[in-house]
Amino acid sequence: MALERWFRRSRPTRSDDDTSPAGLWLKCESCAAQIYRKDLVANLYLCPECGHHYRMPVDARIESLADEGTFERWSGGLAPTDPLDFVDTEPYLGRMERVQQKQGRPDAVVSGGASLGGEPVALVVMDFFFAGGSMGSVVGEEIARAAERAAGEDRSLIAITASGGARMQEGALSLMQMAKTTVALEELAERRLPFVSVLTDPTTGGVTASFATLGDVILAEPKALICFAGPRVIQQTIKQDLPEGFQRAEFLLKKGMLDDVVPRDRLKETLGTMVRLLRGGAVVPDAEETHVATV
Amino acid sequence: MSLPFEKPILDLEAKIRDMRTYAEEQEMDLGEEIALLEARLERLKAETFEKLTRWQRVQVARAAGRPTGLDYVGHVFDGFRELHGDRTLGDDPAVVTGLAELEGRSLVVIAQQKGRDTKENIHRNFGMSHPSGYRKAMRMFDLADKFGLPVVTLIDTPGAYPGIAAEEQGQAWVIAASIQRMSRLRVPAISVVIGEGGSGGALAIGVANRVLILENATYSVISPESCAAILWRDAAEAPRAAEALKLTARDLRELEIVDRVIDEPIGGAHRDPVRAMDAVGDALRAELDSLRDATPDELLRGRRTRFRRLGRFVEIDAAA
Repeated sequence: MALERWFRRSRPTRSDDDTSPAGLWLKCESCAAQIYRKDLVANLYLCPECGHHYRMPVDARIESLADEGTFERWSGGLAPTDPLDFVDTEPYLGRMERVQQKQGRPDAVVSGGASLGGEPVALVVMDFFFAGGSMGSVVGEEIARAAERAAGEDRSLIAITASGGARMQEGALSLMQMAKTTVALEELAERRLPFVSVLTDPTTGGVTASFATLGDVILAEPKALICFAGPRVIQQTIKQDLPEGFQRAEFLLKKGMLDDVVPRDRLKETLGTMVRLLRGGAVVPDAEETHVATV
Repeated sequence: MSLPFEKPILDLEAKIRDMRTYAEEQEMDLGEEIALLEARLERLKAETFEKLTRWQRVQVARAAGRPTGLDYVGHVFDGFRELHGDRTLGDDPAVVTGLAELEGRSLVVIAQQKGRDTKENIHRNFGMSHPSGYRKAMRMFDLADKFGLPVVTLIDTPGAYPGIAAEEQGQAWVIAASIQRMSRLRVPAISVVIGEGGSGGALAIGVANRVLILENATYSVISPESCAAILWRDAAEAPRAAEALKLTARDLRELEIVDRVIDEPIGGAHRDPVRAMDAVGDALRAELDSLRDATPDELLRGRRTRFRRLGRFVEIDAAA
């Protein structure tokens, strides 16, 4: 179900793409106001009229979170292969090449070290505009390496997720990234370093069912779709209408699945505070066995 | 119930049966003819199953009459005692958990359970767990760690259930938590994919020191039907999707996702369940023996390293 949206549309409808026919102006998909595109970009991709959260490009996201000039990119040294010789309507690597050119990166995640509100952090930001943010071997490995390097450099880990789930074209290897990213978080836990995940629209499938929901604190952006199975899959299975707001951030907050829903213009401040508070205790990082026994 | 490609085999079997009956009735000795046909039958079975397509293996993995989790539990282990409930939400019949013995040593067993008939299938939700099932599994992981009991999980599910209650109760959250909890076990853990290894719902109880798979079982990131519906917009393209997904036991061994393929009797486990179950029992005994001397720390580290390594990618010059 992962890549459904990505494959159905030639271009994401909520793209930041400045070359789109809509040009300089667009109509807000939430309040229908006419928005000057530059205002949207300058306003963290929030509708200036109603505050609707548009999907945010990775670079803008990093800029909005990292203290100025502090972001040091770690990712980018890994590229996907085609371990399955996967061909659907076109070969996997051909598809990848197009997306790589369009997005200017080898796969759907960017990681790096930064200072956030003065706190040393590692940032992991998923790119939904890259193949629906799907998680294959490269995405899994980059996330794992970022978590391990964060642990080694005494940084907190912050992940901004956006993903259609595991990448089908790498088959069960993609599935295994769920376990890989999960075990890569262990060194952080052993060193008592915080992991805060921020679930943005949409976070689904194998990403939701692995590292994304293993944060010490789990936050989400307003109205973000967050789920294991997508609404369409559920509808097809149960053949009933879904409740209002089902699988949206506010709904999940009520169900007890999230620590908070945080608007984007409060996100940096919130993350800085969370990390500072979590690291403010008197806990001495100890032998690796202890946290296991206390699960 | 038979699978389409089994028809020539079943026809030949019927012919041999008829000949036997006839020989008995007529008090004739057709031993030589019957022996010839039986040899032909064995050859036909071997040939058919040697060259099964991936989609045909998917059908074998799902075949009616294929031994289910509880069949293995009853046959392979001694004195299984089921333990119910997750202590929070209820008791999920799609996952059966409990204590048992193997060669006089106690262990914890977690088995995904499909139905053996329609009634049981409905009761077991076709082997598709709700969050409660994974919570129950996690409770068993705690129990195993506390008492130093090895864990055996038997994987056979189309996937975690995609429903309203399941999502509300945090299906994604419990799968992630179960993956994490199982990876932290300080006791030996062995998983066997006995039928369908359906995506995250299977992996949730598949983070073992050794992952085994039966010859005709499958393990996949998505079902061929769902994959086809997305990529070709037509679930009827499932055979093509099955080929593309490389989801058979042999494929998974090549990708190093599973450690060992357990041979099934010729014709598939559903044609000779006892032999299939014996083979699983032998494999489990061997794997448990091989882990017996490992320290808790070695078991935990080994499992972590095993899963940390999985994936295929190339290093490139980031500056280029």
